[in-house]
Amino acid sequence: MKKTMYEKIWDSHLVCEAAGQAPLVYVDRHLMHEVTSPQAFEGLRNANRKIRNPHSILATMDHCVPTKDRELPIADPIARKQIETMADNCRENGLNLYDIKNPNNGVIHIVVPEHGFVHPGMITVCGDSHTATHGAFGALAFGIGTSEVEHVMATQTLPQTKSKTMLVKVDGKLPKYSSAKDIVLAVIGKIGTAGGTGHVIEFAGEAVMDLTMEGRMTLCNMAIEGGARAGLVMPDEKTYEYLKGREFTPSGAEWDTALAYWKTLPSDEGAEFDTVVTLTADDIAPQVTWGTSPEQVAPVSGTVPSPEDFNDEGKRQACISALNYMDLEPKTKITDIPVNLVFLGSCTNGRIEDFRIAAEVTKSHKVADGVTAIAVPGSYKVKEQAEQEGLDKILIDAGWEWRDPGCSMCLAMNGDELTPGQRSASTSNRNFEGRQGKGGRTHLVSPAMAAAAATAGHFVDIRNL
Amino acid sequence: MEPYKNHTSTAALMNRSNVDTDQIIPKQFLKRVERSGFGAHLFHDWRFNDDGSDNPDFELNKAEFQSAKILVTGDNFGCGSSREHAPWAIADYGFNTIISSSYADIFYNNCFKNGILPIRATPEQLRLIAEEINAHEGCSLTINLEMQTVETPLGNNFAFDLDPFRKENLLHGLDDIGLTMKQTDKIDEYEQKHRRLYPWLWT
Repeated sequence: MKKTMYEKIWDSHLVCEAAGQAPLVYVDRHLMHEVTSPQAFEGLRNANRKIRNPHSILATMDHCVPTKDRELPIADPIARKQIETMADNCRENGLNLYDIKNPNNGVIHIVVPEHGFVHPGMITVCGDSHTATHGAFGALAFGIGTSEVEHVMATQTLPQTKSKTMLVKVDGKLPKYSSAKDIVLAVIGKIGTAGGTGHVIEFAGEAVMDLTMEGRMTLCNMAIEGGARAGLVMPDEKTYEYLKGREFTPSGAEWDTALAYWKTLPSDEGAEFDTVVTLTADDIAPQVTWGTSPEQVAPVSGTVPSPEDFNDEGKRQACISALNYMDLEPKTKITDIPVNLVFLGSCTNGRIEDFRIAAEVTKSHKVADGVTAIAVPGSYKVKEQAEQEGLDKILIDAGWEWRDPGCSMCLAMNGDELTPGQRSASTSNRNFEGRQGKGGRTHLVSPAMAAAAATAGHFVDIRNL
Repeated sequence: MEPYKNHTSTAALMNRSNVDTDQIIPKQFLKRVERSGFGAHLFHDWRFNDDGSDNPDFELNKAEFQSAKILVTGDNFGCGSSREHAPWAIADYGFNTIISSSYADIFYNNCFKNGILPIRATPEQLRLIAEEINAHEGCSLTINLEMQTVETPLGNNFAFDLDPFRKENLLHGLDDIGLTMKQTDKIDEYEQKHRRLYPWLWT
C-alpha cells in the first residue's frame, strides 16, 4: 500500500492497540518550557512516578523571561516562582535545561533545531501548540496539554487517534520579498483557522521545497493556526545538510544508518490524502492580517474588507467584531494603516534569516517618529550570530531596541506588551484580541514587512521599495 | 478524576465563534504553578471591566446563567494555544459540558483529561439549541453520556458521536497514565526494537 509520510511515521511508532483503549504511540523527543510543565511534575510526584527516559527531554525557559536587564532578579514574583520551579524540577530529575543564563537559552522551537535535537521521522511533543515547527524536518511534531506532558514523562507514550491527512501543494516560484510567512498566511486565509482541524498537513510543491530550512520552520510553525496539529515537509538534501554536525545529530556510521532511514520517509508517489489544497506561489503577495484571527488576512496591495463581503453569517459577524476591536473602517487600504509598535521575533520569525532580511530592508533608514521597534532574537545563538554580522548595529542605528531572547511580545507574558489601543506590526503567529496586551491591536506580517512598517510608520508594499 | 454523571443543568449561551484560549484564560494568569484557582479568571478580559467590576454585557454574567454547568458556544471553540489552563478554568468555574459544532484538536483532547464532556453538535442542532436558550434564558438541558444524548425542554433533542475509549474513561473517571502503565511490557518491547533501529537516539 502506498503511504503518506504521516502514515509511515504513525506505523513505525505504534506500540500497541489494546482492546477498549486508543492506540498507543511512542514519543522520541519531549520539549519543555516553564509554563505548561510545573503541574505535570507535581502530578508525577503525587503519584510517586518517575520520568521514564530523561534523555528524551530538552527544556528551556522562554515565555516569562525578561528580554532586558536579564542580570536583575525577575520583578514579577509569580513569574519568578515559575522559573525557579522549572529549574528545581529539571535538577531533581536530571534533565537537560537551557536556563535563563545559559548561552544556549532561547525560545524552545528555536533552540531545538539549533542543537539538532529533532530528526526526520521522530515523534516529538511539547506542551506548546507551535511544536508543529519541527515538522520542517519531516518529524511528526505536535502540541499537547499538561496532562499529556505528565503522561509522556511517565510512559514515553501517548494514546492517540489517527489524524486525517491534508496535502497543501504550493506550486511555482515565490516572488521576491514574499516569504514562508506569506505562504502560510495565504494558506490560512484560504482554508480558515479550522480548515485543518483533525488533519496533519504535509506541505509540498516547488515553492515549499525551494524554502530554506528556516523558511520551512516558519511554514510548519503556523500549521496550528490553520487548525492542524502538525505540519510536515519531507526531508531532503537541505534537511540533511542542516542537521549534519549538530550536537544531537548522529555521526560516523550512525549518520549513514540514520540517513538511509530518513530517505525512506517521504510520501510514496501516488499516496492518497484525505484533502488536497493547491496554491500558486507566483500569486502570493506579502500578507497582512487585518482582524483578530489569522484567517482574516489580505495581500498588502488590498483593502480591509466589509462585512458584506462574506456570505457566511459566522464570518460576517466575525468581521464586524474584528473591525470594531481593530478600530478599522471597511475599504481602508492596507498601506494606509499606521503602526505604533513593531515586534521582530518569536518562534515563527526569530531566526537569523529573519534578522538578515529585516536589516536589509532597514539599512540606512530610520524608525519613523512615534514608532517603537523591538528586535528580540529567538536565542542567544541567533543574537550572537546577528551581532557577528553587524545586523544589530544596523537595527540599533535605525532606532530599534536590541533585546535578549525570549517569547516576549508574541504572547506578552514577560512584561513586554502593547498598551490599550496600540497597533503593532508583528512577526509572531497570533492576532487574537488581547494577545499582545489587553486592548492591543496586532497585524501579523513577515520580517521584511515589519521592518518596512517600522521605517514608514504604516504598512508599505515592500515590492515597490 | 470524578466519573461523569448524567445530569440536568442550566445551559449558558455564548454565541461566538473561534473563541481562542487567550480569551478563555488570558496569558497573565498562566504563571501559576498550581492546577487550581483558574475559574476566577475564566474569560477575564470579556468578563470584567477595567476596574474589576463585572461587565454586564458579557453573556456569562447574566443572572439566568449563574449556576450553568453546560456551555453552549460557537464553532471552532478552544482554538489557539495548547494551554490546559483553559479546560482547568472552565471546570473550575463549574462547567462540565460544552456544546459546539467544532473544537480545536488540542483543546478537545485536554477536556477529557479534566472530566469535561465536549459535545459535537451539527451546525443545525447548535442553531436550534441556541435559539431555544435565547428564547428561554436559564432553561436546563439533560445530558446522558451513556446514551450519548442531549434533551431540551422544547424537544430539540439529538444524539452525538463520541470516541468509545474517551467515553469509557469519562464515565469511570479513569486515570489515563494508570491505564497506559498496564502496557509497560509492550512499551519495553517496543523500546528494545527502537534501540536496535535508532541507536543514535539512545546515546
